[in-house]
Amino acid sequence: MASYSTNEFKAGLKVMLDGDPCSIVENEFVKPGKGQAFNRVRLRNLMTGRVWERTFKSGESLEGADVVDLDMEYLYTDGEMWHFMKTDGSFEQFAADKKAIGDNEKWLKEQVKYIITLWNDNPISVTPPNFIELEVIETDPGLKGDTAQGGSKPAKLSTGAVVRVPLFINQGEVLKVDTRTGDYVSRA
Amino acid sequence: MIESTDWTPSASLEALRFRADRLREIRRFFDERQVLEVETPVLGHGGSVDPLLDSLSLEARGPKGLERLWLATSPEFHMKRLLAAGSGPIYQLARAFRDGERGRRHNLEFTLLEWYRPGYGLELLREECVELIERVIERPVQLRVHRYRQLFRDALDIDPFDVGGDELARLAAEFAAVDCAGWERDDCLDLLFSHAIEPALGADPGGPVALLDAVVDYPASQAALARKRFDPEDGAELAARFELYWQGVELANGYHELLDAGEQATRFLADNAARRLRGKPEVDIDRALLAALDHGLPACSGVALGVDRLLMLAAGEARIDAVIAFPFERC
Repeated sequence: MASYSTNEFKAGLKVMLDGDPCSIVENEFVKPGKGQAFNRVRLRNLMTGRVWERTFKSGESLEGADVVDLDMEYLYTDGEMWHFMKTDGSFEQFAADKKAIGDNEKWLKEQVKYIITLWNDNPISVTPPNFIELEVIETDPGLKGDTAQGGSKPAKLSTGAVVRVPLFINQGEVLKVDTRTGDYVSRA
Repeated sequence: MIESTDWTPSASLEALRFRADRLREIRRFFDERQVLEVETPVLGHGGSVDPLLDSLSLEARGPKGLERLWLATSPEFHMKRLLAAGSGPIYQLARAFRDGERGRRHNLEFTLLEWYRPGYGLELLREECVELIERVIERPVQLRVHRYRQLFRDALDIDPFDVGGDELARLAAEFAAVDCAGWERDDCLDLLFSHAIEPALGADPGGPVALLDAVVDYPASQAALARKRFDPEDGAELAARFELYWQGVELANGYHELLDAGEQATRFLADNAARRLRGKPEVDIDRALLAALDHGLPACSGVALGVDRLLMLAAGEARIDAVIAFPFERC
């Protein structure tokens, strides 16, 4: 893998830092009057999602990280691993472990397309689409006539996610949900 | 088919008119004071050997065939030759070039206002610099003067002149998440200065009076082309330099100029040795400058002011690109 000097650090560049693959968020060049130049860099650790702030002497370099984002369709889980398939017609499959899936297990639905981040060909994270349509499998009976105003109740969806929904929603309905916030958006 | 390249200027036409107007005011300022405007070459047979500056260089065909030339990192060497030739006070709105320096407040090619005052000490030149800034920003300026040593004592509770390497490393890790093992001492001090001190300098609440900070009495190791003097009170050798800051931005850097040709030659050689240590290419030293110093430079002070930065702040902008027509990516 190539290495990159501080002046090549651009937002989105993937580099290795402390053994973890990171994505550069921001790179600021700072130089005191007559002195040594520095680059103040913000990087997102792709394994933990945490953002680090580090300073480098200008001209220092970091090794590039072999990280790619690919579209893949979710297939199934065997209880230990979650299996995905590339959508480029190659039918190539990848298995993601619990760490890569993280909190997103509750948004995994067969045949839906996800972004899988691969590091050295291993899935390290899964990004669901912003909105997903899921069926309600369990909720209190809907209240007739109450179609607009306030009040909400929990509803369990087919993937196991539990979201707050308006009182008029019934079991068996399909809902549009925002996966970033876990909020109910509308009936699908 | 023409490729769709962004051909437009990064500065608004309004900003460019503002720039032209302020440049006119700068020329008027010096004209009123009988300071002579000069133009010196951007190219030179010698370059800056400062280990912390990288010059752009090129090969050119002259009467003697192919020669290596350097683009000036400041017009200082040429202007000192004019002073040695008896020019009297001079100023220049010069183009300067520094390789690799690109950011919110940096462009590889930039405009430096540099001027020299024979017979002036540092304080007198500092006052004139403040008057120039007042003219450009059209606000009165109140200047606070800080000693380099005191700034470190106040902000970090250390004495930069004799703090131990371990303590410097600990602070560098705390303030900048940096492992500075193996760094030179001045690099650690620069890191702490730029992270823990500089951002607060020249904090301006935005009233009618602009508040600027000056930093003086730098350690002798950061003298560059300034004289050194022993300060009996401090018991340390200091560099006769000042820097001006406004809104956390370094605007100007002034020297009580070094006159001694022998010491200048020694510093050039030491700088090239430092470049080798840092794995940087050596630069031909400016023999014409050494000859001029040998002939005799009048006692003088000189200052360089970043015009793009001053205009950026005067226009209330956060990026230098807002006052430059075509910065690096668009040039």
